[in-house]
Amino acid sequence: MTPLTALLVRDMRIAVRVGGGALIGVLFFVVVVTLTPFAVGPDLALLKRIGPAILWLAALLASLLALDRLFASDHEDGSLDLILTGRAPLELVIAAKGLAHWLSTAVPLIVAAPLIGLLLDIEPPAQAGLVLTLLVGTPALTFIGAVGAAIAVTLRRGGLLLAVIVLPLTVPVLIFGVAAANVAAGPVPFGTPFTVLCALTLASLVIGPFAAAAALRLDIE
Amino acid sequence: MRISELANPSRFLRAANLAIPWLGGATAIVFAFAIYRAMLAPDDYQQGATVKIMFLHVPSAWLGMLCWGLMTIAALGTLVWRHPLADVAAKAAAPLGAAFTLLCLVTGSLWGRPEWGTYWVWDARLTSELILFLLYLGVIALWRTVEDPSRAARAVAILTLVGAIDLPIIKFSVDWWNTLHQGASVFRLGGSTIDSTILIPLLLMAAAFTLLFVTLLLAAMRNEILRRRVRTLRVLQASAAG
Repeated sequence: MTPLTALLVRDMRIAVRVGGGALIGVLFFVVVVTLTPFAVGPDLALLKRIGPAILWLAALLASLLALDRLFASDHEDGSLDLILTGRAPLELVIAAKGLAHWLSTAVPLIVAAPLIGLLLDIEPPAQAGLVLTLLVGTPALTFIGAVGAAIAVTLRRGGLLLAVIVLPLTVPVLIFGVAAANVAAGPVPFGTPFTVLCALTLASLVIGPFAAAAALRLDIE
Repeated sequence: MRISELANPSRFLRAANLAIPWLGGATAIVFAFAIYRAMLAPDDYQQGATVKIMFLHVPSAWLGMLCWGLMTIAALGTLVWRHPLADVAAKAAAPLGAAFTLLCLVTGSLWGRPEWGTYWVWDARLTSELILFLLYLGVIALWRTVEDPSRAARAVAILTLVGAIDLPIIKFSVDWWNTLHQGASVFRLGGSTIDSTILIPLLLMAAAFTLLFVTLLLAAMRNEILRRRVRTLRVLQASAAG
Protein backbone atom coordinates (compact mmCIF):
# COMPACT_ATOMS: atom_id res chain seq x y z
CA MET A 1 0.00 0.00 0.00
CA THR A 2 1.46 3.36 -0.95
CA PRO A 3 1.62 6.10 1.67
CA LEU A 4 -1.22 7.96 -0.02
CA THR A 5 -3.65 5.02 -0.02
CA ALA A 6 -2.64 4.24 3.56
CA LEU A 7 -3.49 7.81 4.51
CA LEU A 8 -6.80 7.64 2.66
CA VAL A 9 -7.77 4.39 4.37
CA ARG A 10 -6.68 5.76 7.77
CA ASP A 11 -8.70 8.96 7.37
CA MET A 12 -11.77 7.00 6.26
CA ARG A 13 -11.44 4.68 9.26
CA ILE A 14 -11.15 7.60 11.66
CA ALA A 15 -14.16 9.27 10.06
CA VAL A 16 -16.52 6.29 10.31
CA ARG A 17 -15.51 5.10 13.78
CA VAL A 18 -16.78 6.40 17.09
CA GLY A 19 -15.99 10.10 17.45
CA GLY A 20 -15.35 10.50 13.74
CA GLY A 21 -18.62 12.19 13.04
CA ALA A 22 -18.93 11.31 9.35
CA LEU A 23 -22.67 10.71 9.61
CA ILE A 24 -23.33 13.83 11.66
CA GLY A 25 -22.93 15.75 8.39
CA VAL A 26 -25.87 13.90 6.83
CA LEU A 27 -27.92 14.41 9.96
CA PHE A 28 -27.13 18.12 9.88
CA PHE A 29 -28.09 18.23 6.19
CA VAL A 30 -31.44 16.56 6.91
CA VAL A 31 -32.13 18.85 9.87
CA VAL A 32 -31.39 22.02 7.89
CA VAL A 33 -33.66 20.91 5.04
CA THR A 34 -36.39 19.95 7.53
CA LEU A 35 -36.23 23.35 9.19
CA THR A 36 -36.66 25.26 5.93
CA PRO A 37 -40.42 24.61 5.51
CA PHE A 38 -40.93 25.98 9.02
CA ALA A 39 -39.23 29.18 7.91
CA VAL A 40 -40.79 29.63 4.45
CA GLY A 41 -44.13 27.88 5.02
CA PRO A 42 -45.51 24.49 3.95
CA ASP A 43 -46.45 25.62 0.42
CA LEU A 44 -45.33 22.64 -1.66
CA ALA A 45 -45.24 24.62 -4.92
CA LEU A 46 -42.81 27.11 -3.40
CA LEU A 47 -40.72 24.35 -1.83
CA LYS A 48 -40.57 22.56 -5.16
CA ARG A 49 -39.29 25.72 -6.81
CA ILE A 50 -36.62 26.49 -4.22
CA GLY A 51 -35.91 22.84 -3.36
CA PRO A 52 -32.62 22.50 -5.27
CA ALA A 53 -31.41 25.79 -3.76
CA ILE A 54 -32.25 24.58 -0.24
CA LEU A 55 -30.45 21.29 -0.79
CA TRP A 56 -27.38 23.05 -2.20
CA LEU A 57 -27.25 25.54 0.66
CA ALA A 58 -27.61 22.75 3.20
CA ALA A 59 -24.85 20.78 1.46
CA LEU A 60 -22.60 23.85 1.53
CA LEU A 61 -23.13 24.32 5.26
CA ALA A 62 -22.75 20.59 5.96
CA SER A 63 -19.43 20.51 4.10
CA LEU A 64 -18.08 23.09 6.55
CA LEU A 65 -18.89 20.94 9.57
CA ALA A 66 -15.99 18.54 9.67
CA LEU A 67 -13.66 20.81 7.76
CA ASP A 68 -11.98 22.41 10.76
CA ARG A 69 -10.88 18.92 11.86
CA LEU A 70 -9.31 18.16 8.46
CA PHE A 71 -5.80 19.10 9.61
CA ALA A 72 -6.41 20.26 13.19
CA SER A 73 -6.75 16.76 14.72
CA ASP A 74 -3.58 15.65 12.92
CA HIS A 75 -1.86 18.76 14.19
CA GLU A 76 -2.93 18.05 17.76
CA ASP A 77 -1.74 14.44 17.90
CA GLY A 78 1.48 15.18 16.03
CA SER A 79 0.79 13.12 12.91
CA LEU A 80 0.82 16.28 10.81
CA ASP A 81 4.50 16.75 11.64
CA LEU A 82 5.15 13.17 10.51
CA ILE A 83 3.26 13.82 7.29
CA LEU A 84 5.21 17.02 6.68
CA THR A 85 8.54 15.31 7.16
CA GLY A 86 7.47 12.27 5.12
CA ARG A 87 8.52 11.66 1.55
CA ALA A 88 5.07 11.85 -0.02
CA PRO A 89 4.55 15.28 -1.65
CA LEU A 90 2.40 17.42 0.63
CA GLU A 91 0.14 18.51 -2.21
CA LEU A 92 -0.77 14.88 -2.97
CA VAL A 93 -1.21 14.18 0.74
CA ILE A 94 -3.70 17.02 0.94
CA ALA A 95 -5.47 15.72 -2.16
CA ALA A 96 -5.73 12.28 -0.50
CA LYS A 97 -7.00 13.77 2.76
CA GLY A 98 -9.46 15.91 0.82
CA LEU A 99 -10.70 12.84 -1.04
CA ALA A 100 -11.18 10.99 2.25
CA HIS A 101 -13.06 13.98 3.65
CA TRP A 102 -15.26 14.16 0.57
CA LEU A 103 -15.96 10.39 0.63
CA SER A 104 -16.89 10.44 4.30
CA THR A 105 -18.94 13.65 4.45
CA ALA A 106 -20.18 14.56 0.98
CA VAL A 107 -20.99 11.14 -0.48
CA PRO A 108 -23.47 10.13 2.28
CA LEU A 109 -25.12 13.48 1.79
CA ILE A 110 -25.41 12.94 -1.97
CA VAL A 111 -26.95 9.52 -1.33
CA ALA A 112 -29.47 11.10 1.04
CA ALA A 113 -30.30 13.99 -1.30
CA PRO A 114 -32.92 12.16 -3.48
CA LEU A 115 -34.81 11.02 -0.38
CA ILE A 116 -34.83 14.52 1.05
CA GLY A 117 -35.76 15.82 -2.40
CA LEU A 118 -38.96 13.74 -2.23
CA LEU A 119 -40.04 15.74 0.82
CA LEU A 120 -39.67 18.92 -1.22
CA ASP A 121 -41.61 17.45 -4.16
CA ILE A 122 -38.69 17.58 -6.59
CA GLU A 123 -39.49 15.63 -9.78
CA PRO A 124 -37.33 12.58 -10.71
CA PRO A 125 -35.55 14.25 -13.70
CA ALA A 126 -34.69 17.23 -11.52
CA GLN A 127 -33.60 14.78 -8.80
CA ALA A 128 -31.13 13.20 -11.19
CA GLY A 129 -29.79 16.62 -12.15
CA LEU A 130 -29.51 17.62 -8.52
CA VAL A 131 -27.58 14.49 -7.56
CA LEU A 132 -25.28 14.94 -10.54
CA THR A 133 -24.54 18.58 -9.67
CA LEU A 134 -23.88 17.69 -6.03
CA LEU A 135 -21.61 14.86 -7.11
CA VAL A 136 -19.61 17.15 -9.37
CA GLY A 137 -19.75 20.31 -7.26
CA THR A 138 -19.07 19.15 -3.69
CA PRO A 139 -15.38 18.29 -4.33
CA ALA A 140 -14.86 21.98 -5.10
CA LEU A 141 -16.34 22.87 -1.71
CA THR A 142 -14.00 20.40 -0.01
CA PHE A 143 -10.87 21.68 -1.73
CA ILE A 144 -11.68 25.38 -1.35
CA GLY A 145 -12.41 24.58 2.28
CA ALA A 146 -9.09 22.73 2.61
CA VAL A 147 -7.27 26.02 2.04
CA GLY A 148 -9.21 27.61 4.88
CA ALA A 149 -8.64 24.55 7.07
CA ALA A 150 -4.90 24.75 6.45
CA ILE A 151 -4.84 28.47 7.24
CA ALA A 152 -6.83 27.99 10.42
CA VAL A 153 -5.07 24.80 11.56
CA THR A 154 -3.26 26.24 14.56
CA LEU A 155 -5.97 28.67 15.65
CA ARG A 156 -8.10 28.14 18.70
CA ARG A 157 -11.30 29.53 17.21
CA GLY A 158 -10.43 28.07 13.83
CA GLY A 159 -13.85 26.62 13.01
CA LEU A 160 -15.65 29.93 13.24
CA LEU A 161 -13.01 31.81 11.26
CA LEU A 162 -12.95 29.04 8.67
CA ALA A 163 -16.63 29.54 7.84
CA VAL A 164 -16.19 33.30 7.54
CA ILE A 165 -13.24 33.16 5.16
CA VAL A 166 -14.30 30.15 3.10
CA LEU A 167 -17.99 30.80 2.44
CA PRO A 168 -17.56 33.95 0.28
CA LEU A 169 -15.09 32.03 -1.90
CA THR A 170 -17.69 29.34 -2.62
CA VAL A 171 -20.14 31.75 -4.27
CA PRO A 172 -19.34 30.59 -7.85
CA VAL A 173 -19.84 26.92 -6.95
CA LEU A 174 -23.19 27.73 -5.35
CA ILE A 175 -24.32 29.82 -8.31
CA PHE A 176 -23.50 27.23 -10.96
CA GLY A 177 -24.52 24.26 -8.82
CA VAL A 178 -27.99 25.65 -8.20
CA ALA A 179 -28.30 26.90 -11.78
CA ALA A 180 -27.56 23.44 -13.17
CA ALA A 181 -29.87 21.80 -10.62
CA ASN A 182 -32.67 24.21 -11.56
CA VAL A 183 -32.53 23.09 -15.17
CA ALA A 184 -36.18 22.02 -15.23
CA ALA A 185 -37.33 25.54 -14.38
CA GLY A 186 -34.84 27.69 -16.26
CA PRO A 187 -34.46 28.54 -19.93
CA VAL A 188 -30.72 27.82 -19.96
CA PRO A 189 -29.63 24.35 -21.10
CA PHE A 190 -28.17 22.02 -18.47
CA GLY A 191 -24.81 21.78 -20.20
CA THR A 192 -23.70 25.39 -19.75
CA PRO A 193 -23.79 25.74 -15.97
CA PHE A 194 -22.85 22.11 -15.53
CA THR A 195 -19.64 22.41 -17.55
CA VAL A 196 -18.71 25.58 -15.67
CA LEU A 197 -19.34 23.68 -12.43
CA CYS A 198 -16.99 20.92 -13.66
CA ALA A 199 -14.40 23.58 -14.50
CA LEU A 200 -14.69 25.12 -11.03
CA THR A 201 -14.19 21.71 -9.44
CA LEU A 202 -11.16 20.94 -11.61
CA ALA A 203 -9.62 24.35 -10.89
CA SER A 204 -10.13 23.99 -7.15
CA LEU A 205 -8.65 20.47 -7.32
CA VAL A 206 -5.44 22.11 -8.53
CA ILE A 207 -5.43 25.38 -6.58
CA GLY A 208 -6.73 23.92 -3.32
CA PRO A 209 -3.95 21.39 -2.56
CA PHE A 210 -1.18 23.80 -3.59
CA ALA A 211 -2.49 26.71 -1.54
CA ALA A 212 -3.28 24.45 1.43
CA ALA A 213 0.21 22.90 1.26
CA ALA A 214 1.80 26.37 1.24
CA ALA A 215 -0.32 27.37 4.22
CA LEU A 216 0.54 24.21 6.17
CA ARG A 217 4.27 24.57 5.53
CA LEU A 218 4.19 28.19 6.67
CA ASP A 219 2.00 27.37 9.65
CA ILE A 220 4.15 24.61 11.03
CA GLU A 221 7.50 26.17 10.08
CA MET B 1 17.78 57.19 -2.35
CA ARG B 2 16.80 53.97 -4.11
CA ILE B 3 13.38 52.51 -3.51
CA SER B 4 14.87 49.27 -2.17
CA GLU B 5 16.50 51.16 0.69
CA LEU B 6 13.00 51.82 2.02
CA ALA B 7 12.78 48.14 2.96
CA ASN B 8 14.51 49.10 6.18
CA PRO B 9 11.68 50.03 8.57
CA SER B 10 13.63 52.89 10.16
CA ARG B 11 14.40 54.47 6.78
CA PHE B 12 10.80 53.90 5.78
CA LEU B 13 9.61 55.67 8.92
CA ARG B 14 11.82 58.66 8.17
CA ALA B 15 10.61 58.83 4.56
CA ALA B 16 6.99 58.36 5.65
CA ASN B 17 7.25 61.11 8.27
CA LEU B 18 8.58 63.40 5.59
CA ALA B 19 6.01 62.43 2.95
CA ILE B 20 2.79 62.23 4.98
CA PRO B 21 2.31 66.02 5.60
CA TRP B 22 2.98 66.81 1.92
CA LEU B 23 0.68 64.05 0.73
CA GLY B 24 -1.98 65.18 3.19
CA GLY B 25 -1.73 68.73 1.91
CA ALA B 26 -1.88 67.59 -1.71
CA THR B 27 -4.92 65.45 -0.88
CA ALA B 28 -6.71 68.43 0.67
CA ILE B 29 -5.95 70.68 -2.32
CA VAL B 30 -6.99 68.12 -4.93
CA PHE B 31 -10.13 67.31 -2.94
CA ALA B 32 -11.06 70.99 -2.72
CA PHE B 33 -10.57 71.45 -6.44
CA ALA B 34 -12.39 68.22 -7.31
CA ILE B 35 -15.36 69.08 -5.09
CA TYR B 36 -15.51 72.56 -6.63
CA ARG B 37 -15.54 71.08 -10.12
CA ALA B 38 -18.11 68.49 -9.05
CA MET B 39 -20.37 71.27 -7.77
CA LEU B 40 -20.12 73.00 -11.12
CA ALA B 41 -20.94 69.82 -13.02
CA PRO B 42 -24.43 69.93 -14.55
CA ASP B 43 -27.28 67.92 -13.06
CA ASP B 44 -28.42 64.90 -14.95
CA TYR B 45 -31.50 65.53 -17.08
CA GLN B 46 -33.23 62.56 -15.48
CA GLN B 47 -31.64 62.11 -12.08
CA GLY B 48 -31.23 65.73 -11.06
CA ALA B 49 -28.74 66.51 -8.33
CA THR B 50 -28.51 62.91 -7.07
CA VAL B 51 -26.12 62.15 -9.91
CA LYS B 52 -23.47 63.93 -7.81
CA ILE B 53 -23.35 60.87 -5.56
CA MET B 54 -21.43 59.30 -8.42
CA PHE B 55 -18.42 61.46 -7.60
CA LEU B 56 -18.08 59.61 -4.29
CA HIS B 57 -19.48 56.30 -5.39
CA VAL B 58 -17.36 55.48 -8.43
CA PRO B 59 -13.93 56.44 -7.01
CA SER B 60 -14.57 54.45 -3.84
CA ALA B 61 -15.50 51.43 -5.95
CA TRP B 62 -12.24 51.80 -7.88
CA LEU B 63 -10.21 52.17 -4.71
CA GLY B 64 -11.93 49.18 -3.14
CA MET B 65 -10.77 47.01 -6.03
CA LEU B 66 -7.34 48.64 -6.34
CA CYS B 67 -6.72 47.89 -2.68
CA TRP B 68 -7.14 44.13 -3.16
CA GLY B 69 -4.67 44.37 -6.04
CA LEU B 70 -2.21 46.10 -3.74
CA MET B 71 -2.77 43.44 -1.08
CA THR B 72 -2.10 40.76 -3.72
CA ILE B 73 1.26 42.35 -4.60
CA ALA B 74 2.01 42.65 -0.89
CA ALA B 75 1.08 38.97 -0.43
CA LEU B 76 3.59 38.01 -3.13
CA GLY B 77 6.07 40.27 -1.34
CA THR B 78 5.47 38.37 1.89
CA LEU B 79 5.62 34.86 0.45
CA VAL B 80 8.10 35.16 -2.41
CA TRP B 81 10.48 38.00 -1.64
CA ARG B 82 10.04 38.01 2.14
CA HIS B 83 9.98 41.77 1.99
CA PRO B 84 9.91 43.12 5.55
CA LEU B 85 7.37 45.82 4.81
CA ALA B 86 5.05 43.75 2.61
CA ASP B 87 2.97 42.39 5.47
CA VAL B 88 2.87 45.82 7.11
CA ALA B 89 1.43 47.21 3.86
CA ALA B 90 -1.04 44.33 3.57
CA LYS B 91 -2.23 44.77 7.14
CA ALA B 92 -2.61 48.52 6.75
CA ALA B 93 -4.43 48.16 3.43
CA ALA B 94 -7.16 45.72 4.54
CA PRO B 95 -9.24 48.13 6.69
CA LEU B 96 -8.81 50.85 4.06
CA GLY B 97 -10.08 48.54 1.34
CA ALA B 98 -13.01 47.54 3.54
CA ALA B 99 -13.78 51.19 4.26
CA PHE B 100 -13.76 52.21 0.60
CA THR B 101 -15.91 49.21 -0.32
CA LEU B 102 -18.35 50.06 2.45
CA LEU B 103 -18.41 53.69 1.28
CA CYS B 104 -19.20 52.44 -2.21
CA LEU B 105 -22.04 50.24 -0.92
CA VAL B 106 -23.50 52.98 1.29
CA THR B 107 -23.36 55.71 -1.35
CA GLY B 108 -24.77 53.22 -3.85
CA SER B 109 -27.69 52.49 -1.53
CA LEU B 110 -28.38 56.18 -0.95
CA TRP B 111 -28.23 56.76 -4.68
CA GLY B 112 -30.42 53.75 -5.39
CA ARG B 113 -33.22 54.87 -3.10
CA PRO B 114 -34.33 57.92 -5.13
CA GLU B 115 -33.43 56.42 -8.51
CA TRP B 116 -34.59 52.83 -8.30
CA GLY B 117 -36.96 53.23 -5.34
CA THR B 118 -35.03 50.77 -3.21
CA TYR B 119 -31.87 50.73 -1.13
CA TRP B 120 -30.72 47.44 -2.50
CA VAL B 121 -31.19 45.27 -5.57
CA TRP B 122 -29.42 41.98 -6.16
CA ASP B 123 -27.74 43.41 -9.20
CA ALA B 124 -24.52 41.77 -10.35
CA ARG B 125 -22.34 44.78 -9.56
CA LEU B 126 -23.81 45.36 -6.13
CA THR B 127 -23.58 41.70 -5.25
CA SER B 128 -19.92 41.33 -6.24
CA GLU B 129 -19.10 44.48 -4.29
CA LEU B 130 -20.86 43.02 -1.24
CA ILE B 131 -18.87 39.80 -1.55
CA LEU B 132 -15.66 41.82 -1.89
CA PHE B 133 -16.61 43.60 1.32
CA LEU B 134 -17.18 40.26 3.07
CA LEU B 135 -13.79 39.03 1.86
CA TYR B 136 -12.14 42.15 3.29
CA LEU B 137 -13.85 41.51 6.61
CA GLY B 138 -12.63 37.89 6.50
CA VAL B 139 -9.07 39.08 5.95
CA ILE B 140 -9.35 41.54 8.84
CA ALA B 141 -10.81 38.79 11.03
CA LEU B 142 -7.84 36.57 10.17
CA TRP B 143 -5.40 39.37 11.03
CA ARG B 144 -7.12 39.76 14.37
CA THR B 145 -7.17 36.02 15.16
CA VAL B 146 -3.48 35.16 14.91
CA GLU B 147 -1.39 36.80 17.62
CA ASP B 148 2.05 36.54 16.07
CA PRO B 149 2.22 39.16 13.27
CA SER B 150 4.56 37.24 10.97
CA ARG B 151 2.44 34.07 11.13
CA ALA B 152 -0.70 36.10 10.58
CA ALA B 153 1.00 37.74 7.60
CA ARG B 154 1.67 34.42 5.90
CA ALA B 155 -1.82 33.08 6.53
CA VAL B 156 -3.38 36.29 5.23
CA ALA B 157 -1.05 36.29 2.21
CA ILE B 158 -2.35 32.87 1.13
CA LEU B 159 -5.96 33.90 1.67
CA THR B 160 -5.33 37.11 -0.31
CA LEU B 161 -3.83 35.20 -3.23
CA VAL B 162 -6.65 32.64 -3.29
CA GLY B 163 -9.08 35.56 -3.12
CA ALA B 164 -7.31 37.26 -6.02
CA ILE B 165 -7.78 34.13 -8.12
CA ASP B 166 -11.38 33.72 -7.00
CA LEU B 167 -12.48 37.36 -7.31
CA PRO B 168 -12.64 37.42 -11.14
CA ILE B 169 -14.46 34.06 -11.05
CA ILE B 170 -16.93 35.44 -8.51
CA LYS B 171 -17.42 38.55 -10.64
CA PHE B 172 -18.01 36.43 -13.74
CA SER B 173 -20.37 34.02 -12.05
CA VAL B 174 -22.38 36.77 -10.37
CA ASP B 175 -22.77 38.52 -13.74
CA TRP B 176 -23.93 35.24 -15.23
CA TRP B 177 -26.27 34.56 -12.29
CA ASN B 178 -27.90 37.94 -12.57
CA THR B 179 -28.49 37.87 -16.32
CA LEU B 180 -30.07 34.45 -15.84
CA HIS B 181 -32.57 35.67 -13.29
CA GLN B 182 -33.50 39.08 -14.61
CA GLY B 183 -32.90 40.92 -17.81
CA ALA B 184 -30.70 43.95 -18.26
CA SER B 185 -33.29 46.10 -16.54
CA VAL B 186 -30.87 47.38 -13.96
CA PHE B 187 -28.64 50.35 -13.89
CA ARG B 188 -25.52 50.23 -16.01
CA LEU B 189 -22.99 53.03 -16.28
CA GLY B 190 -23.93 54.34 -19.71
CA GLY B 191 -21.16 52.66 -21.65
CA SER B 192 -18.41 55.14 -22.38
CA THR B 193 -20.77 57.99 -23.17
CA ILE B 194 -20.01 60.26 -20.25
CA ASP B 195 -19.83 63.94 -21.05
CA SER B 196 -16.54 65.67 -20.27
CA THR B 197 -18.31 68.07 -17.86
CA ILE B 198 -18.88 65.04 -15.66
CA LEU B 199 -15.87 62.96 -16.63
CA ILE B 200 -13.25 65.57 -15.64
CA PRO B 201 -14.57 66.10 -12.08
CA LEU B 202 -14.91 62.32 -11.78
CA LEU B 203 -11.26 61.78 -12.71
CA LEU B 204 -10.22 64.61 -10.37
CA MET B 205 -12.19 62.96 -7.60
CA ALA B 206 -10.53 59.63 -8.37
CA ALA B 207 -7.13 61.32 -8.11
CA ALA B 208 -8.11 62.87 -4.78
CA PHE B 209 -9.32 59.49 -3.49
CA THR B 210 -6.09 57.83 -4.59
CA LEU B 211 -4.01 60.50 -2.84
CA LEU B 212 -6.13 60.04 0.28
CA PHE B 213 -5.62 56.30 0.07
CA VAL B 214 -1.83 56.62 -0.28
CA THR B 215 -1.67 59.09 2.63
CA LEU B 216 -3.79 56.90 4.89
CA LEU B 217 -1.88 53.79 3.84
CA LEU B 218 1.50 55.37 4.69
CA ALA B 219 0.14 56.62 8.02
CA ALA B 220 -1.34 53.21 8.84
CA MET B 221 1.93 51.50 7.90
CA ARG B 222 3.82 53.91 10.16
CA ASN B 223 1.42 53.14 13.01
CA GLU B 224 1.76 49.42 12.42
CA ILE B 225 5.57 49.57 12.53
CA LEU B 226 5.45 51.58 15.74
CA ARG B 227 2.84 49.22 17.18
CA ARG B 228 5.11 46.26 16.48
CA ARG B 229 8.04 48.02 18.13
CA VAL B 230 5.93 48.68 21.19
CA ARG B 231 4.92 45.02 21.21
CA THR B 232 8.55 43.88 20.97
CA LEU B 233 9.55 46.26 23.77
CA ARG B 234 6.74 44.96 25.94
CA VAL B 235 7.78 41.36 25.31
CA LEU B 236 11.40 42.24 26.15
CA GLN B 237 10.29 44.06 29.27
CA ALA B 238 8.12 41.16 30.36
CA SER B 239 10.87 38.62 29.78
CA ALA B 240 13.40 40.82 31.63
CA ALA B 241 11.02 41.18 34.56
CA GLY B 242 10.27 37.44 34.63
